[in-house]
Amino acid sequence: MPLDERSTDASEHAGPTSIDTEEESDSGNHSRVDKNNNKGEKQRPPLPPRPKAGLLQSDASPNSPQSVKGLRPSLQSKPTTALSSVDIQTLSFPDGSRGTFSTPGSRLVSESVMGLSTGTSTPSGKASRAGIDMDDTTSLISYAPTLRGNGDLESLLDSGLDSPSPAWKLLSTQSEAANPFESFEYEGPSLHSFDKEFDEIEAVDTKRGNEEELLIQWKSKLKHYIILSSAGKPIYSRHGDQNLINGYIGIIQTIISFFESAKDPLLGFTAGNTRFVVVTQGPLYLFAISKLKETDAQLRAQLDALYMQILSTLTLSNLTHLFTNRPNTDLRRPLEGTETLLSSLSDTFTKGSASSLLSALECLKIRKTQRYVINNTMLKARTPNLLYGLIVAGGRLVSVARPKRHSLHPGDLQLIFNMLFEAGSVKAGGGENWIPLCLPGFNNRGYLYMYVSFISARENAENVAERPSTASSVSQEDEIAILLISAEKESFFELKEMRDDIVEQLEKNGSMDIIKKAVRVGRSSATEMVPGTPLRHFLYKSRANVQFTMPSFSPDFGSALARRKLMNLYHALHASAHAKHAHTKVIHCISTDSVSLVWTTASFEFYCIAGPNTSRAALAQGANKIIQWVKREEERLFIIGGAVF
Amino acid sequence: MATKGPVGARGPAGSSRGGNSRFAQFKLVLLGESAVGKSSLVLRFVKDQFDDYRESTIGAAFLTQTISLDDQTTVKFEIWDTAGQERYKSLAPMYYRNANCAVVVYDITQASSLDKAKQWIKELQRQANENIIIALAGNKLDLVTDQPDKRAITTADAEAYARESGLLFFETSAKTSENVRELFTAIAKKLPLDQAGPRNPRSGGRGGVELRPENTSTQGAGNTCAC
Ligand SMILES: Nc1nc2c(ncn2[C@@H]2O[C@H](COP(=O)(O)OP(=O)(O)OP(=O)(O)O)[C@@H](O)[C@H]2O)c(=O)[nH]1
Ligand SMILES: [Mg+2]
Repeated sequence: MPLDERSTDASEHAGPTSIDTEEESDSGNHSRVDKNNNKGEKQRPPLPPRPKAGLLQSDASPNSPQSVKGLRPSLQSKPTTALSSVDIQTLSFPDGSRGTFSTPGSRLVSESVMGLSTGTSTPSGKASRAGIDMDDTTSLISYAPTLRGNGDLESLLDSGLDSPSPAWKLLSTQSEAANPFESFEYEGPSLHSFDKEFDEIEAVDTKRGNEEELLIQWKSKLKHYIILSSAGKPIYSRHGDQNLINGYIGIIQTIISFFESAKDPLLGFTAGNTRFVVVTQGPLYLFAISKLKETDAQLRAQLDALYMQILSTLTLSNLTHLFTNRPNTDLRRPLEGTETLLSSLSDTFTKGSASSLLSALECLKIRKTQRYVINNTMLKARTPNLLYGLIVAGGRLVSVARPKRHSLHPGDLQLIFNMLFEAGSVKAGGGENWIPLCLPGFNNRGYLYMYVSFISARENAENVAERPSTASSVSQEDEIAILLISAEKESFFELKEMRDDIVEQLEKNGSMDIIKKAVRVGRSSATEMVPGTPLRHFLYKSRANVQFTMPSFSPDFGSALARRKLMNLYHALHASAHAKHAHTKVIHCISTDSVSLVWTTASFEFYCIAGPNTSRAALAQGANKIIQWVKREEERLFIIGGAVF
Repeated sequence: MATKGPVGARGPAGSSRGGNSRFAQFKLVLLGESAVGKSSLVLRFVKDQFDDYRESTIGAAFLTQTISLDDQTTVKFEIWDTAGQERYKSLAPMYYRNANCAVVVYDITQASSLDKAKQWIKELQRQANENIIIALAGNKLDLVTDQPDKRAITTADAEAYARESGLLFFETSAKTSENVRELFTAIAKKLPLDQAGPRNPRSGGRGGVELRPENTSTQGAGNTCAC
């Protein structure tokens, strides 16, 4: 079977695609800055006044996404020197409790000096090169950080508020083997209300007059997603019911429309430590509010995914039709039931998802020969109306069957995975499912039909029954799903037969046990992959395959908070690696609570993190070893080619 | 994109006799407004489970359950639990087209849900299999046991309507399982199997369970609409 087909399941676009949520759109960063400055200079009313300050604010202020990065730029190339380190005096303890002195607006370049002085690294291009020499196509440019250059703006802004306390210095030099984020100072955006982030906000009760209290709760959320029609009709908000946020919807609509009508669309703005990003899609305004220091490009990708979800429910044709007929359409009715999908998607972003950050998929690690058998089983069982067939286990792809002409768009798969594994509805149904959906990456004008059946990966299936059906991501770990997609809406029983056939064959040839076992074992930790590695976590994206691999989050990032911190770091690393003019291939970052590294080549993107006292040489060597490991295991970690018919 | 009708593929529907025992399988469809408790009723019937918070069905779910009417008689239901949300309405015919029986559900605490149920019943009587057996189920009975004032539709009213329209009628609670089994058993008993023993409940090539392609000309991904 055509395993030799290097081009991939997901890399090429299929069909008449008009939406593209893939990455590399980070140019938003810069263009946004320009826009803002323009806006500021033109003194348009709805924005905070920022003639010159505008530049400082959006370009250099600690609060703007660009400068975010919890990175200490001890070793950076020029294009990324805009990075500065985060310093929020929040005492976040690893267990999620906290005591805060958040001084959210204070991050400065002078800290990079601190980074040096606590310094595990003596920056020099040579040293780095010595560490990482695997891939000679890699261009490695590194500079010692200077306080000059881009840093000037920042040092103007901040005045050295945050030099590390002597106690901190003591602490940080103490333990060699400290884990990331263990120190009291976590250098990312303030997450002190993260544990309440997903708590529901009650409905407004005018009798009790709880509105004020609810607004405080609402404002304390770190992340908001709001969707409205260009006519100002609310469509969706992650937090708060309509009565609570109606006023804000009005304001948002006014602001966006103002710029729209001036043919100078608003892309985003900053207020305090909060970033606001706007995406307009035909009749829809999508609006993200984030205190998590994500970049505009990252937030925009998230909004695009929400838009894709709306298309997936309605199709573009229907959406357009509704609004052409009645510009004042209330979309909530036709979207009924989509809200839970939008919310689980939003929460995935807020919790932090490697898959959405990298726009790539994760596969279940099994032997190449085993995958070959599974692929063949799929192909043999294939029935005439099959378009795509997927086996997914523990949220990871096991096998994909697809026609030669069509690949799967990662954005489409994200929607499917979200529906099946994050939102509760389908899983809780307890049967087989037949789901009409539009996969906008495949074709945004029509529906496909998806057959879904779940199989428990547990030895004894009894626990499945006990599991609360609304539980989401926890339970995805032990589900095997067979998804068969067709353009033929009456093909349920045909595909059901195919599924029965597949399952029977997989049982017979032993593949089912292999899959179940792989799911139960779960991801290995970095130490299991390369014994003794200083790396605590990493992401490796194979560009050609549009797939990624990573170790387990436990033991170091088991909690939701720890995971969010890790994701903050990855977001920052990702942003610096994808900054418009970043020609850098390696970025090494030191902060008080971790050291990290990004390495990009034509074939992969690699992000990793180690404890704060890891030397750069050790980090580089650790990275090297992991990358070698990945290369060795490549055909187990990634689906290469897949089952093509 | 060939249309297909894998009619016999999963064994002939209807009934068969082995010795003294009779076995029959029937296709059942659940219809009704969103949130009245269709999925909850099915899950109670099939898995004897209940969730206080259940998310709305997306598309439709297919489940099966077998019950014994007596020592000799076994009936297997193939159940389509449809989504009640408005935008799935156009897909409903696909599920009831070949159904032998239907359960139309309303919520006894929501007056509007009975109106919706009546619309479904009208549609079934007009469009579905002419011998279809329809049961009307007023669900969430448990809610009114403690708080009788929560009831929006009296038993008498619903019962009268059911009688006029020739429907089976039950008030049920998926939560406490009151009348759930009774509902399905009553349907099974009313199915043609009773009168005539082992026999295909309806002649004319019905597979009992298939989604037949008949009026669907082939459609690619481009021209269908589920809303
Ligand atoms: N108290 C009580 N609640 C019920 C009962 N049946 C269902 N519910 C609740 O009502 C809500 C909706 O039930 P579902 O079974 O999802 O309703 P549905 O008719 O399948 O809705 P759609 O899938 O949207 O068409 C759930 O939260 C159930 O827990 C019942 O008998 N008593
Ligand atoms: Mg339901």
